[in-house]
Amino acid sequence: MSSGETIKTATGYVRFKDGVLDPEGLTIQKSLATMGYDKTRSVRTGKFFEIELADDSAEARRQLEEMSEKALANPVIESFKIVWP
Amino acid sequence: MKFAVVTFPGSNSDHDSYSAIRTLGEEVSYVWHQDAGLSGFDCVILPGGFSYGDYLRGGAIARFSPIMEAVREFAADGGLVAGFCNGFQILVESGLLPGALMRNDSLRFRGQWAHLRVENNQTAFSNRFATGQVIRIPIAHAEGNYYNIPEDIERVERERRVVFRYCDRGGAVTERSNVNGSINSIAGIVNDSGNVLGMMPHPERATELILGSADGLKVFESMREHQHQLSDGAAA
Repeated sequence: MSSGETIKTATGYVRFKDGVLDPEGLTIQKSLATMGYDKTRSVRTGKFFEIELADDSAEARRQLEEMSEKALANPVIESFKIVWP
Repeated sequence: MKFAVVTFPGSNSDHDSYSAIRTLGEEVSYVWHQDAGLSGFDCVILPGGFSYGDYLRGGAIARFSPIMEAVREFAADGGLVAGFCNGFQILVESGLLPGALMRNDSLRFRGQWAHLRVENNQTAFSNRFATGQVIRIPIAHAEGNYYNIPEDIERVERERRVVFRYCDRGGAVTERSNVNGSINSIAGIVNDSGNVLGMMPHPERATELILGSADGLKVFESMREHQHQLSDGAAA
C-alpha cells in the first residue's frame, strides 16, 4: 500500500418508493406513539450498505452505480441513493 | 416427460417438488444451481425455501446463480417454468415475471392452509381445473405480498394472466381472505407467453389426500397435459 492511499467507503441507501406500503414503518410509528412519542407523523424503513471500494476510480463508481440498480435495490419497489465520501 | 428441480443453497421444497413429480408418475432430476445446462428437460421447477437465507431480499441472490442463465434461455425457447414460493420470488427478481414480492401486510409468517380460486384454466398450469374452482393449497411465507404499479397490474389483469387468487372457502375474494395483502389478492400469475408460472402457495405440498389436500397435483397434471398437446400438435 503506497503512502497516502486512503480507504474509500461509499454508503448506499435503499428506501421504498413513495406510494409503496411499508407496514413495518407503520407498526414502528404506532409503537412509538404508544411509548409516548406522539410528535412522529410517519416512519419509513429502509436499508443502508457500507461499501468499501478498492479505489475511487471511474470504474469503481460505475460498478457501484450498476450494482445498486441491479442487485442492491429492487427497482419495482425501491429507490437508492449513493453517498460518496 | 422430464422435470428438472433446481436446488439452490437454502432451497428446502426441492424434495417436495421431486416427490410431487414422482406422485405424478413422471421422470424428475435435481439440478444444482451451479450447473450450466437444462438440456433434455421439458419443465423446470424453481422450488420453495430460503435460498441464500433470503439475504438482501428473497430470491435476490439466487437470480444470479449460474443456472439462471439456462433458465432464462429455456423460458425464452418456450419451455415450461414453474416457481413456487421462493421460486416465485426468484422469478420476479430475475424479471422473468413482473412485479415484486414484499413482506406480508400482517408482518407475520403465515404457515397455514389457503383457499385459492382458479381465475383462468386456459394456461399450461391450470388446464386441469375449472375456471372458478376453489382449491385448498398450503402457504408458508413471510414475504408473499405481491405488488406492482397500477398500470402493470391492470395489464396483467386485462391479459388474464392471473391464474390463482386468494379467496374464502366459498370462492369469494375478500380483504379477509387475502392472506398477505397481495394486490388484487393475486396468488399466482403467468408471463406474457404463458410458459412461466409463479405462485406463492405450495401445490407440491398438496398432492395426496394424506397431506390434507390433493388439489395441488392438478397443477402438475396440467403441465403434463399441456406438454402432451404440444407433442400431439407436432406429430400431426
